[in-house]
Amino acid sequence: MVPFSHSHLLLLTVRLMTYSVLTQCLAHYFFMVFLTGSLNSEAPSTMASRGGGRGQGRGRGQLTFNTEAVGIGKGDALPPSTLQPSPLFPPLEFYPVPLPSGEEGEYVLALKQELRGAMRQLPYFIRPAVPKRDWRRLPRELRIRVRKLQKDRSTILVPKRPPKTTEYKEETIQKLETLEKKEEELTSEEDEEKEEEEKEEEEEEEYDEEEHEEETDYIMSYFDNGEDFGGDSDDHMDEAIY
Amino acid sequence: MTQAEIKLCSLLLQEHFGEIVEKIGVHLIRTGSQPIRVIVHDTRTSLDQVKKALCVLIQHNLVIYQVHRRGMVEYEAQCSRVLRMLRYPRYIYTAKTLYNDTGELIVEELLLNGKMTMSALVKKVADRLTETMEDGKTMDYAEVSCTFVRLADTHFVQRCPLVHATENSDPGPPPPAPTLVINEKDMFLVPKLSLIGKGKRRRSSEDDATGEPKAKRPKHTTDNKEPIPDDGIYWQANLDRFHQHFRDQAIVSAVANRMDQTSSEIVRTMLRMSEVTTPSSAPFTQPLSSNEIFRSLPVGYNISKQVLDQYLTLLADDPLEFVGKSGDSGGGMYIINLHKALGSLATASLESVVQERFGSRCARIFRLVLQKKHLEQKQVEDFAMIPAKEAKDMLYKMLSENFISLQEIPKTPDHAPSRTFYLYTVNILSAARMLLHRCYKSIANLIERRQFETKENKRLLEKSQRVEAIIASMQATGAEAAQLQEIEEMITAPERQQLETLKHNVNKLDASEIQVDETIFLLESYIESTMKRQ
Repeated sequence: MVPFSHSHLLLLTVRLMTYSVLTQCLAHYFFMVFLTGSLNSEAPSTMASRGGGRGQGRGRGQLTFNTEAVGIGKGDALPPSTLQPSPLFPPLEFYPVPLPSGEEGEYVLALKQELRGAMRQLPYFIRPAVPKRDWRRLPRELRIRVRKLQKDRSTILVPKRPPKTTEYKEETIQKLETLEKKEEELTSEEDEEKEEEEKEEEEEEEYDEEEHEEETDYIMSYFDNGEDFGGDSDDHMDEAIY
Repeated sequence: MTQAEIKLCSLLLQEHFGEIVEKIGVHLIRTGSQPIRVIVHDTRTSLDQVKKALCVLIQHNLVIYQVHRRGMVEYEAQCSRVLRMLRYPRYIYTAKTLYNDTGELIVEELLLNGKMTMSALVKKVADRLTETMEDGKTMDYAEVSCTFVRLADTHFVQRCPLVHATENSDPGPPPPAPTLVINEKDMFLVPKLSLIGKGKRRRSSEDDATGEPKAKRPKHTTDNKEPIPDDGIYWQANLDRFHQHFRDQAIVSAVANRMDQTSSEIVRTMLRMSEVTTPSSAPFTQPLSSNEIFRSLPVGYNISKQVLDQYLTLLADDPLEFVGKSGDSGGGMYIINLHKALGSLATASLESVVQERFGSRCARIFRLVLQKKHLEQKQVEDFAMIPAKEAKDMLYKMLSENFISLQEIPKTPDHAPSRTFYLYTVNILSAARMLLHRCYKSIANLIERRQFETKENKRLLEKSQRVEAIIASMQATGAEAAQLQEIEEMITAPERQQLETLKHNVNKLDASEIQVDETIFLLESYIESTMKRQ
């Protein structure tokens, strides 16, 4: 059985630790050696009294390895010990080489980004399903997304502050509606998966209703049933209220 | 599988297939081969979702299945195959350089879909090509088929293993999972199909943004009625062949950098001649005589026989030993040392990393230790002509990062440190493994950072997408420039600046990923080649 020697311990520390921490480990090593007793031999416990806690000044400070070989000359000050863990992003000494640019690099880059986008649209991309809600306990109005549509629309209408003719506003609202629906489709795909077909049909019906109502000459807010009353007043804050 | 690899696999699966597939995939990579019930229990996802995820993973050749005792089917994930997903753009670009746009799209579709039948593939690619062509022109199926046959002949695409057809009807119940077999000879055999047709252009009127959900759109009913002639014969991309091509490219460009264009052409010719005769994992190619090489040189090159012989002698004498001389018959038999070439390339990567990370003096020490194999500390200082203190510092820095290792040679049996030689040495295989591990970590960091940047600016990105959509729709319906201008102004100047910065950063991160992947390829090839030889 190979006795556990201090040389092994030192080598282990040399191998595993960085140079800045090496000195700290050396300090630890000295400390441990101080604790365990004699440096040069494994004193059995019965001889503890003779060996003493230290070499009593005789073998003090003697190490089994050559300090000069490690780099600590006689009388040299030890490098400062580290008091904190190394920083998360150590300072960069050398600036990295620039990436290869050129036709090939750019083409491959564009391909990569395209592929990423394309794979999201393929049927292989499985989106997490919407958690099942118990519709018996929730108010009916939350299930159908009328409220959500109105709320979303009002946020898009805000930038359209400059006055325009009503017809143009109608057109833009229609376009925004359609884009919204597309966007909502996307968000709905991302947030919730339309698993049940009844749900799909229900929402489609809602879409049809909205579209159908859009064909009137009046703006939707004309038929406001007072749900958005509080919300609308916030949106009009930048306009003077007479 | 190391933690870094698993993390990278998780990020890749999540980006490309979503979170459910990622969860199942990572679980399989971590725990190895498992039956479906255990997967459902351990990942706490519903059976349906696990089934869907497994189907997707098997479709893309990321998971294989096996029937075990008592009829249980076990699924096993292939971590290395998942990591190949980083290299997809490179495969597609290679196909483009070799077989033009048609080849590019064929390989792209194969990679995106995992496995496809030839007929479905040809149809899809023809449709896509027709989209990009001018109005009125369509892509003929025959042309696409022709390119596909060429890809199969050069082994870039291969057949997937087929369902084993049992001749006599089994009296017992059908097995829970089919056994798939493939005959070596049939792997690249293209079925005789007569695909007649032209690509169809998607009608633009059907894509109107009317808000109709896509599921409701009627499919093309005309094609479904005809029986598919090559039913059951699926094709996949042969990644090993692409890797062989990359390896050849790397060797040729290394020779071009070290010597000149002509010698690289000679090496390229030799590699091309050995493509079919030498398996990709062989340590060196079959011997080629100088006469054969002379005959096979590309047509444009008119160098005389003597010049060719001189070049070959030069290449064989080069200390890098890419080309070796194995005999004298036929004007000299020459081989290419593939294993040595890969070793040199891996070593060059290591040297380059040391140089860029620690400085040129450290690189000098590193090259010195590489060359002399084992050196004492004193000898390092003397040979490198660097003052002792700095040399010690650099050696310890490299030692701590595991580029260099210590070799102890004891003088006495008690291994006393004062009576032991400590020699510095570079163990290329272990240093390569260490660097490979770091590369995986780097790519994982890059992907994470890119996702973080995108998430930070998500609101802004969505806004800009909306504005673009509005502009596009307004342009389609014909709006004046003033109105378009107004809508464009919805995005303010500082926001535009922010978007620009974001785009620049994301591009940079993406390009870095591609660059790190190239290093990964070199290191992996070297490690694989070394492992096969042992």
